[in-house]
Order: sequence, then structure tokens, then C-alpha cells
Amino acid sequence: MAAVRTSSEITFNRIAIVVVLLVTLIFLAPIYWIASTAFKPRNLATTIPPTIVFQPEISPFVKLFTKRSQLRSPPTPEEYAAAPWWERVVFDGGEKIVRDGKGEVQWSGYPNRFMNSLIIAITSTVLAVGMGTFTAYGFSRFKVKGEADLLFFILSTRMLPPVVVAIPMFLMYRAVGLNDSHVGLIILYTAFNLSFSVWLMKGFMDEIPKEYEEAALVDGYTRMEAFFKIVLPEAATGIAATAVFCFITAWNEYAFALIMTNRRAQTAPPFIPSQVGSGLPDWTVIAAGTFLFLLPVAIFTFLLRNHLLRGMSFGAIRK
Amino acid sequence: MATTMITTLDRSSRAAARGLSDMSIRNFFIIPTILFLIVFNIFPLIYSLGYSFTDFRASTNAPANFVGLQNYRELLNDPFVWNNFAITAKYVIVSVSGQLLVGFGVAMLLNREIPLKGLITTLLLLPMMLSMAVVGLFWKLLYDPSWGVINYFLGLGNFEWLADPKMALYAVALTDIWMWSPFVMLLSLAGLSAVPKHLYEAAAIDRAGPFYTFFRITLPLVAPILMIAVIFRTMEAFKTFDLAYILTSQPTTELISIRLYKMAFQEWQTGRSCALAYIVLIMVLAITNIYVKYLNKVKER
Repeated sequence: MAAVRTSSEITFNRIAIVVVLLVTLIFLAPIYWIASTAFKPRNLATTIPPTIVFQPEISPFVKLFTKRSQLRSPPTPEEYAAAPWWERVVFDGGEKIVRDGKGEVQWSGYPNRFMNSLIIAITSTVLAVGMGTFTAYGFSRFKVKGEADLLFFILSTRMLPPVVVAIPMFLMYRAVGLNDSHVGLIILYTAFNLSFSVWLMKGFMDEIPKEYEEAALVDGYTRMEAFFKIVLPEAATGIAATAVFCFITAWNEYAFALIMTNRRAQTAPPFIPSQVGSGLPDWTVIAAGTFLFLLPVAIFTFLLRNHLLRGMSFGAIRK
Repeated sequence: MATTMITTLDRSSRAAARGLSDMSIRNFFIIPTILFLIVFNIFPLIYSLGYSFTDFRASTNAPANFVGLQNYRELLNDPFVWNNFAITAKYVIVSVSGQLLVGFGVAMLLNREIPLKGLITTLLLLPMMLSMAVVGLFWKLLYDPSWGVINYFLGLGNFEWLADPKMALYAVALTDIWMWSPFVMLLSLAGLSAVPKHLYEAAAIDRAGPFYTFFRITLPLVAPILMIAVIFRTMEAFKTFDLAYILTSQPTTELISIRLYKMAFQEWQTGRSCALAYIVLIMVLAITNIYVKYLNKVKER
């Protein structure tokens, strides 16, 4: 601001920095709490005063992935010695891992739901970003009749509360047998993300100078070649940002998943809460499931942070 | 010059002739998306408009009877439904204004040379990247009166966040503020960084006070982008389902989407819920329209 800094300005700056750091700590505290609870032994998860320092354990993750039942009688020393370390962890918690007749370990529902989440989120992201990129290019480069209205229509599909759309979609899906299927959710999430993808990508496309393709056309490229060889590489940043946003939305979606699936195609967001049940929930297992589920998004956010900041501002920081 | 021009045109038209024409490429790029959105957004809405005039129940095989406007009439005269709308309005106002205050406040503080600014901004984005359902589940533990960490660190004893009908809605809003203030902060930061520096220099030369500078320079220039943040957050808060549904089951936190969900998928009053969905739809469109008009006004200033 002013060329000469007064001492009061410097003090104010210092206070601002301290406040910002405090706010950041407060905002991150719940996430830290989830992450740390995921590595706690069960008896330390709900202590008051809260346990800050503890010996981290992997047992919540073992429990997360397996089906368990209460131990009626403690395992014999031989049984205990013969068991692999992950089974001992469960014994120590007063439980045993459920096995079928052939002695195969019974998995919990979690790995399956996690895979469903991955399949559905990735496929719908690819579809939404792919279609969105084409459409954005179309809108950005060619004259389209009623362009503003069409773009508003595209955006308006995103304004509806999911529950409103879910009722007729549920009936339609039931009629054609798409209920509780991967394809059903993929279509829904693609439709949901497409509008967003078109709008975001149009902003990025508008930024790429038209002269690039014109030069390519002069050099004898066809329109399609110019699009794939010149425009797409230029739009890579935008595509990355859009993909992350679409992935996060699809990954985190709850309402449609709750309504449209029950076993086969259920994703993790409705599954994890359903595990709380009545009784005393084991918060370490829930925290482990939550933590694993947050991981892909947290990694994504960190890797693509610079693109994200640009994408999120919807062209506001553009000159 | 003239000769190069001619060859240029000639070459590009030849290139276009070899491949698809621009027109067909445009159609090929745009039409599938429009069709897709019509099939999966507009068609279902028309479908449910039909059902909204019937007493259809998806849980039985009984055929739907046409009942005219009865569903709409009953819903609009139902004090419980109006109560759901009132709860939603209260929730939207509390959470959006909270996010605006916290988000814009933090952005004002962050808008200076701060060590680790990039890292701090990225870390602050984390809450909004998470799933509302999973976050809500975990906040339940944080809010717990006997072993939740919030009460412990704030020294609140056995304060009931979610079991107290009066408090529950604010507790949900607080979690929403935690999740989405970073979004407002980010947009505000973008807006603040776009304010030309020379305006502040001029104000400093005129010995303008900090309040004058804020209300006459900063706020008006950031207003349009703040407005965008408010529009986005209002729409999202109006749609809130997962967070409130998972955190509590108080009647005082029954937002309109929760009422709609229960009506459709627990009570199976399909026809009736379609009618309610339409009422919500019209409200959303009306609110959006008012906002967009207001946004244009702010932009013009």
C-alpha cells in the first residue's frame, strides 16, 4: 500500500498472520481428528480428556476390511501363535475374524464399496469431461443459434436438488432395470457433472487464441486434426482442473447413491454411515473407513492445487 | 499480400473440404450433450409432472388415479410443509451468512504477503473436497456431549449440540460453515487480488481512513464475485440433504429435501412427492432469477 510502512501497519500485519494461522489450525483440526482416530486402539477413541499422544495402530484398518464376530472364549495359545499378525490384532480386541466353511477370510462390505466408488467416479468423470470438452469447443468456436439460452439450459440442470430429480429417475430406472447398477449411477453422475464441465471448459477454451487452429488449418490440417493436435494440448490444464472437480463431486455424492443402490452398486458414502447402526459404534473403524475414503481426494487436491485455484475462480482472476 | 491471402483462404477451405465441414463438427460436438441432458434431466421432470397429478404409490402395483390439482392444493395448505420451508430458509440464511463472514474475513487477512500463503490456501481447501455424508458422520462424534472433542476444548461440559431441538439446526449450519467458508474465501481472494493497486495508493495519498478505503474501494469492487459466491452457496444450501440427514434426525432440522426424501422413499407417496418436487423446483428457479437480476445490478454499478 503506502510506500512507508508505519509501525501500526506492521503490528496489524503480524496480528493478521497469527489469526490466519489460528483459523487454518481450527479448520484442519477435524480432519486431523479423523486421521488420528483411524490409527488409535479402540479404547482410546472416545476418552475424555482426548488422547493426543498414543502408539499408532493398524488394527482399525484390519477391522475395516474383515467381517468379525465376538470371541466366545479366548483363543488357545497355539491358535494365537499360529494366527498371522492381522488376526492377532483382532483377537486382542476380543473378536475373531469370520471364516467360511473352507476357512477363507470373510471380507467386510468396505473394499467392495470402495471399488464401486472408484469405478463409478472415474468412468463418469471421463465421460463428463470428454463430452464437456467437445461441447465447450463447439460453443467457443462456432456460431450457435441461441447460444446464451442453451448454455443457461445446460447450467440449469445443475440447479435442481438431487432429491427432486431422484424421484422420477428412480421410477424410470426401475422401469428399465437400471436400479442398483453401476451403469445407472455412471449415467446419473455424468449428467450431473456435464453441465459443470461444459461451463468450466468453455472458460478455458475461450482463452486459447483462435489463431492457433487457424494457423494449423492453413498448414493443411483438418478441423478435427487441429482440435486434437493443437487445441487439446493447450487445454490440458483446464481439462485437469475440470476432471478433479467432476471426480470430487462423483466421489462424494450421497443422495442418488442412497436412493438408487442398495447392494450391488452401492458406493462408500451411503455405506460408511450405515455401519454405525444402533449399539456402540467402533469409531476407530469408522474413522479408518473415512480416512481411506478421503485419501484420493486429498492427494488429488494437493497434486493439482494450482490448476484448482484457477478453475475455481470461474475466470474471475483473468485479466 | 493479396496472393498470400488467396492461398490462405484456398488452403483452409481445401482443408475443411477434406475433413468434416465446420457445421457438422459443431453439431457433432454439441448435439450429443444437449440430447443427453434432455433425456436425463428434462424427460424425468416431464415424467414426474405427470405423476404429480396422480395418487400413484411406487410401493404398490395399483394403477395411478388422476386427482388433478389435489396434491398441490393439499401441500400448499399443509403447515408442516411450510414449516419445512421455514427451516430451510433459516438454515440457508445462517449458513450462507456465516460462510460469507468467515470466508471473506479470512480472505481479507490472507490478502497480503504472508509466509506459506500458497500452502495455507491449499490446506484450507481440504474441507470442501470431502464428502458431506462422511464428514457429517464424523462431526457427530466431534459434537458428542460426553466424549466429543468440541465440548472438551471449548469447555462446554455436557452441552447438547444435536440432541437439543433448538441447537441442532445451528450445529448442522456450523458444520456447513466449516466445509464451505473456504470456497467463499477462495472466490474473495480472487476478487481482492483483482482490485487495482493504484486505487489504494490514491486513497493513501488522500489520507483516506481504513473504513473509507474498505467501503468505497474494496467492497464495491469485490461485490460481484461475492455475489457469485452467495448464489452458489445459497443454491447448494437450499439443496442440502446429506449433512442434515446424517447429523441429526430432529424435526427441527427437517429441511425440505429431507421431507421430500421421506415422502418419496419412506412413505412412498410418489405422486404427492412429485408435486412437492415441482413446488421446490419453481422456488429454486424463482430464487435463481432474483439473484441473477441482482447480480447484474451489482455488476452495472
